[in-house]
Amino acid sequence: MSAGDVRMVGFRSDVGDSGAVCVRGGGTHWGVGGGPDGAREVSAPVGIVTLDPAEMTVMVGAGTALSDLAGELAIHGLEVGMKGPSGATVGGVLMVGRSALRRRRVGTIADVLLQADCVGADGVAFTAGGPTVKNVTGYDLCRLLVGSLGTLALVGRVILRTRPVPSRSLWLAGEVEPERVLDATYRPSCVLWDGVRTSVLLEGHGEDVDETAARLALLGLSATEPPVLPAGRGRWTGRLPSGGVLEVGSGVVHQADDGGPPTVSDGVRRLAGRMRASFDPSGRLNPGRDPYRVAA
Amino acid sequence: MAMVRSRFTGFFLQPGGNGSSDTPPGSGRSVTAPDRRQTGPMRRMSGRSRDPLVRALVSALDARRVQTGDGARRLYSRDASVIRGGRAGVVCFPETTEEVSACVVASLAHGRDFVARGAGTGLAGGAVPCDEPVMVVLTRMDRILEVDVSRRLAWVEPGVVNLDLSRHLAGTGLYFAPDPSSQQSCTIGGNVANNSGGPHCLLYGVTSAHVLAVEVVLPDGEVVVLGEEEGDSVGYDLRGAFVGGEGTLGIATRICVRLTEDPPDVATLLLDFMSVGAAAETVSAIIAAGMIPAALEMMDQRVVEAVEPFVNAGYPTDAAAVLIVELDGQPSGVADEIRRIEELARAHGARSVRVAADEGERERIWKGRKSAFGAIAVIKPDYYLNDTVIPRTKLAEVIERIYEIVEEQDLIVMNVFHAGDGNLHPLLLFDAREAGVMERVLAAGEEIVRVSVAAGGVLSGEHGIGLEKKRFMSLQFSPADLEAQQRLRSAFDPVGRANPAKVLPTGASCGHVTSLGRLPDGVWV
Repeated sequence: MSAGDVRMVGFRSDVGDSGAVCVRGGGTHWGVGGGPDGAREVSAPVGIVTLDPAEMTVMVGAGTALSDLAGELAIHGLEVGMKGPSGATVGGVLMVGRSALRRRRVGTIADVLLQADCVGADGVAFTAGGPTVKNVTGYDLCRLLVGSLGTLALVGRVILRTRPVPSRSLWLAGEVEPERVLDATYRPSCVLWDGVRTSVLLEGHGEDVDETAARLALLGLSATEPPVLPAGRGRWTGRLPSGGVLEVGSGVVHQADDGGPPTVSDGVRRLAGRMRASFDPSGRLNPGRDPYRVAA
Repeated sequence: MAMVRSRFTGFFLQPGGNGSSDTPPGSGRSVTAPDRRQTGPMRRMSGRSRDPLVRALVSALDARRVQTGDGARRLYSRDASVIRGGRAGVVCFPETTEEVSACVVASLAHGRDFVARGAGTGLAGGAVPCDEPVMVVLTRMDRILEVDVSRRLAWVEPGVVNLDLSRHLAGTGLYFAPDPSSQQSCTIGGNVANNSGGPHCLLYGVTSAHVLAVEVVLPDGEVVVLGEEEGDSVGYDLRGAFVGGEGTLGIATRICVRLTEDPPDVATLLLDFMSVGAAAETVSAIIAAGMIPAALEMMDQRVVEAVEPFVNAGYPTDAAAVLIVELDGQPSGVADEIRRIEELARAHGARSVRVAADEGERERIWKGRKSAFGAIAVIKPDYYLNDTVIPRTKLAEVIERIYEIVEEQDLIVMNVFHAGDGNLHPLLLFDAREAGVMERVLAAGEEIVRVSVAAGGVLSGEHGIGLEKKRFMSLQFSPADLEAQQRLRSAFDPVGRANPAKVLPTGASCGHVTSLGRLPDGVWV
């Protein structure tokens, strides 16, 4: 048995098969969707298990700090399409399920998770998904787990899709409508709009970035530092709140305070309730948390 | 085992698409002899049926769109897979979400299963009916409801043919990225059910990455919208869970798809190699160098020899393998990758690297790739197409093993596949009239699956599990893994009426036998 497997056995034993339980990661999103409500806290395994640059995948303990993983991947010119604050863990960011600011380039966070080694509410270990970059074998449990706040199963170890780091990145900003910037660019990595100014992140081959930047200069955009966004989040409803910044095309508004959770139809609520009950009939996994209480 | 029929469908050789008609493909060249169980006196007109289920369906739809005749039931008893022996019950052609829901409710009320179906191009038997279920055929729901160019999304009905959407978008600068080989016939609803792939999914992702939201008739008849037009999922990603459900989680009735921008520059390269191993190593080297081409396809010599007379693409017929590499994006990045790929290919022994000079040459190179399944009919009348995924670094080793397996079974194999993501498509050729051949085909197919899983791979990259591979699920998954999948399924379908005999080896069976290594009773490959 490999060291990684031994750590997974330990994780399973820590989770056990009774009593309210949750995984504590970096605690950077600890209150999202409600607190853990007194549940016993366990830790997920830490460390990179296998990194195979030729396969463009990495197997990593869910308790690994995202920044540690990013640092190791950068040595190989790779990255994962995930973003979190300092201290955030891989598992925590997946369970919260918010896509990276560069989602237009790196994809949504749901596209990143290929395989998850989990412990179910019954204390039994199971694996969701598969190790390859393409896989439609059985149901897509991985997508269901991303954003589930640990209410369906507790994730100990994952395989993630990696991507090559672009050779050049450049932020530009100017007082122009975002639609004009989108028309003048091909697949920009991020477009932000604060109601007056549009900021755009160009990434790719250096000459392509320069050529696009020259075109945007004609619209009045010039190079700038990466933007600092407000800490709260809300969902785009067609109107920008004061001080808010829209992440164009993502439905996310970065704003001072978190917005309220979006409304959900009764039918979806019932289906979600059946889903949670199906995976955790006794309600022991993150009992205080509800993914439908999350702002955006 | 004696009832195997030719399944030459010639997706890319027949003029135009046929997916919007009610005629499933696969019925083109070969006419399946009537199954004895399904022949007999013609049923009465559905409008005057004494069957209360049929009466309920007729009152929800109309007599014309509820068919009980032997002809309709036979037509809808199979899909494009090699699986035969399916038995359709009453066949319904709803045109609205409400009618789909009514079909589901009627099925439940009368204790019958239901099976949704698009164009029937699936290769794993996902739409093959077991135990005479209500067939919910969605090909009449074929409207493109809304295209929002500025937000790069469209709402479509499930019966819209894949390629018809991109044709409809011509001139907008946008297209629908998933491009399965059957895209002239297959429907977007079918793509959602199977989480379909295609050559360009290497860069752009399979269908799930292109479905933003979906209106679903759940297996209890309730209508919900899963997912959002924009942004991460609210609560659980039930949309993500639904896509790829193979009709076991409900029926998609409206689909919001993401549209992709036409790239400003596209280059198509043809690389030729004197050994399959050298081509495979080149694939690994391209990925390892940090490049993700839009598409990266391999064809072995037998494929090249078969298709070249059809398309005159200028393929080198003496090459052991060719790679088709497509690069897209902005011009400098594309030019740089052409240069790097040419260097890598030559370092791995490529004899020549040809960059298509114009659109005509690009189209000919792709036409050869897409005609492959049609062209093989000149070699053998029947084929069995497998679909597994392996780690890309194991390509050379596993393909070599596949040639050995096929030789051991005295069969012919052609390899034409999505090499860039390790998605193998070994195509076993045979003549079903040859005694005992099916046993050898099945044995080779099973061994290919075993070898793929042993190499760290998975059962399916884009065709799904359906009936074909559910007996292999336990090769890849433990009982606990499968139970977790069953938990997902049960949340959508607590009573188990939605296409119940598919995907998981546990649960409902087709007929009454689903033991490992045997096909369900009454079904044969």
